[in-house]
Amino acid sequence: MSSAAAKRTRPKYLSLTALLFEIRMPPPAWVSGFHRISGFLLFLPFAAWLLYLLDTSLASQQGFDHVRAYLALPVAKLGLLVFVWAYLHHFFAGFRFLLIDLNLGVDLPQARYSAYAVFAASILLTLFIGWRIWW
Amino acid sequence: MVVKRTVVGAHYGLSGWLAQRITAVVMMLYTLLLLAVFAARRDPMDYASWKALFAQGWMRVATLMFAVSLAWHAWIGLRDILMDYARPDSLRLALQVLSILVLAAYLGWAVQILWR
Repeated sequence: MSSAAAKRTRPKYLSLTALLFEIRMPPPAWVSGFHRISGFLLFLPFAAWLLYLLDTSLASQQGFDHVRAYLALPVAKLGLLVFVWAYLHHFFAGFRFLLIDLNLGVDLPQARYSAYAVFAASILLTLFIGWRIWW
Repeated sequence: MVVKRTVVGAHYGLSGWLAQRITAVVMMLYTLLLLAVFAARRDPMDYASWKALFAQGWMRVATLMFAVSLAWHAWIGLRDILMDYARPDSLRLALQVLSILVLAAYLGWAVQILWR
């Protein structure tokens, strides 16, 4: 029989704090988690926001000027930057999944390497585009 | 007597998985197309050229393909998220219906913008 102390810890449920602080998730797990989060953000609010911007900017000259002035606001730029990060992360992580579906990079070292590459590419490109948006 | 049975599902899992990949590739191609359009421009975009870009037939059709792919892709992704987290079933069903309605609204809006 197992001891009472060991029994008390079973079953162990995964809470958010456990995921963040107790369990060390491998890099591919973080890519997957952020793929989900970025995907949801692209559905809401970003798809609606971009449709609004496209609608207004194509409707009339005044609408186009309005969108241009609106996107010059710091809060709109920040929103744009979060969108850019979400799009890039979703894009690169999705590309990685497509490669894995083709049996490319399935082994652990390559899978880890490509997970780091997804983070590096999306974060560096976001920083670059952020720099271009602000200056 | 032993009855030989082939265990098969409804296949909606496989078709969803495949549709998610195909729509992803369509959206990737559109992204590259849009980047190429912007990279080919020398001067900054003004209203006249912005409107002219979306007045072209190929651009409208390409954008529609993107919008349809996005709605389809997002539905599969949302369905997966809701299957994992939304409890009880009644809440999940309600959120799934809501997701479909929102995506249908997006699609209708996109068509309205493109063919105004």
